[in-house]
Amino acid sequence: MIRDVEVLVIGGGPAGLCAAKAAADSGAHVLLLERDDTPGGQLVKQTHKFFGSERQFAGTRGFQIGEMLVDEINAHENIELMTDATVLGMYEDGIVTVLKDEKHLKLRPVKTIIATGAAEKFLTFPNNDLPGIYGAGAVQTLMNVGGVKPADKVVMVGAGNIGLIVSYQMLQAGVEVECVVEALPNIGGFLVHASKLRRAGVPILTRWTVKEAYGNGKLEGVILCQLDDKWQQIPGTEKDVPCDTLCLAVGLTPLAELAWQAGARCEYIRELSGHVPICDENLMTTVEGLYCAGDVSGIEEASSAMVEGRLAGYAVAVALGYDVENAQKEVDAAKAELVELRSGPMGGKIRAGIAKVEQKRGEA
Amino acid sequence: MLINDGIPTAEDLAKVLPSEERLNKGPIAITECFQEIACNPCVAACPHHAISMEPDINATPKVDPDKCIGCRVCVAKCPGLAIFVVDMTQSEGTAAVTFPFEYIPVPEKGQLACGLNRAGEEMGWFPVLRAVSGGKKNLTYMITLEVPKELAMEVRNIKAGGYRDGK
Ligand SMILES: Cc1cc2nc3c(=O)[nH]c(=O)nc-3n(C[C@H](O)[C@H](O)[C@H](O)COP(=O)(O)OP(=O)(O)OC[C@H]3O[C@@H](n4cnc5c(N)ncnc54)[C@H](O)[C@@H]3O)c2cc1C
Ligand code: SF4
Ligand code: SF4
Repeated sequence: MIRDVEVLVIGGGPAGLCAAKAAADSGAHVLLLERDDTPGGQLVKQTHKFFGSERQFAGTRGFQIGEMLVDEINAHENIELMTDATVLGMYEDGIVTVLKDEKHLKLRPVKTIIATGAAEKFLTFPNNDLPGIYGAGAVQTLMNVGGVKPADKVVMVGAGNIGLIVSYQMLQAGVEVECVVEALPNIGGFLVHASKLRRAGVPILTRWTVKEAYGNGKLEGVILCQLDDKWQQIPGTEKDVPCDTLCLAVGLTPLAELAWQAGARCEYIRELSGHVPICDENLMTTVEGLYCAGDVSGIEEASSAMVEGRLAGYAVAVALGYDVENAQKEVDAAKAELVELRSGPMGGKIRAGIAKVEQKRGEA
Repeated sequence: MLINDGIPTAEDLAKVLPSEERLNKGPIAITECFQEIACNPCVAACPHHAISMEPDINATPKVDPDKCIGCRVCVAKCPGLAIFVVDMTQSEGTAAVTFPFEYIPVPEKGQLACGLNRAGEEMGWFPVLRAVSGGKKNLTYMITLEVPKELAMEVRNIKAGGYRDGK
């Protein structure tokens, strides 16, 4: 049996939650699907306070923002939230298939918003398959959701925000963080996060990398080494650092497969960290009625993911004819908010990525 | 340099340190936030409207030395844990330094804690004057340490745990 759905939102992270609420507030009926057993996406494990402005709940801890958003969703009579529900496929005839409780559901949505977020990247070096080498996301989940101390002594790879924040949270959990290594000449994450780690005694080594890992059956240490300005390892700079865990925070890549499968045009855009759907200014892909919001259309932040969710949700409401005047106002407000969030020097990369998306759109 | 090791340089600090004259008048907030990021909770946090950001959310914060009374409210509110309050009038030879703290155990008033500088180096053992919670939801503590005056612009953290009792 095929179930008809007015607005389908895929993914219950900050983008999906805000998209569902915006569409439902305007009067649309929304089905929100989340593959995990709890909604919240990345927010569930973010125990640090968020940046941004008041409108994006700055100063509040990530998991608390998630709880607030989820409470609003649960209380909303126009939204049905289904957890443990994984979207498996989207077809060109508009049918969406879902795995829920070992059953296959078929949906026929009028409008769909994809908000599936991103996946972690990995790094290649000898012995990178030893037990004890993890992605930063896994370590953060173990620690902040599972309540498990994930390591005794760790080396972190990557000085972007994720590497810096997860290192800090490991210190809070009583883990010894030996150092953070970063191949780039500069720290990529917020410098306030870097300074906070540094004044707790954690060295941040820029222009260093992992040469290899070693251990008998499990990780026992890593050999680090310095890089020259051509990214070549400098012989003789090797440093042996014993540790039981190596944590990789070397970037995320958008989970855009569903959009791809549905026939939306996707392009590789380096600044957005992977293959992303080409969307218009209302976040609609090249497939009529199919929208994308959050990290799935370019790796950014929870603050912008929430605003993108709102933008897509209200844009869908306008398209469906719900509360059009107000919804259009909200669409415009969200666009202005995104421009502001992305206007600083840290927004340079995302601005370049969006410019490329616009250029590709023009080429079509 | 700050951008490749996380340690602000004397040049960075010169941009935010209050004048000696102002420091000698009483406690004042110092925002060690040097990068233009989209963030502004400090502005809203100050009940005395002493923190401003111009032209927009990406600018770095500025503390008005005449408006700031050193009340410490902003210290726990800043998500970057980048605001400190320094009181050079604590006593003849000492200053009180307040900083945000998010580790356990939290020291108790009267205990001695090992002070750390911006590079995490140990600076000696100093008495804790206050350990105040930012609240049930905020969860950040504000610790005030009494340090010799010459270390007031050095000590910015303490080592978590191992606190000693008494003088
Ligand atoms: C350590 C760390 C620290 C961060 N700190 C900050 C910060 O301080 N400030 C900030 O603004 N941002 C921060 N971020 C970034 C922020 O968390 C992300 O940008 C944001 O969560 C993206 O939101 P999203 O909704 O697009 O994706 P996600 O939060 O990843 O949510 C996607 C959801 O979709 C679900 N899903 C995926 N595929 C399917 C499917 N096929 N079917 C059903 N459900 C599916 C996933 O289970 C997930 O719940 C941080 C991220 C990390 C990892
Ligand atoms: S210490 Fe008090 S008065 Fe000074 S900036 Fe902070 S909140 Fe405002
Ligand atoms: S709240 Fe903190 S991190 Fe944010 S701008 Fe103000 S001082 Fe900087």
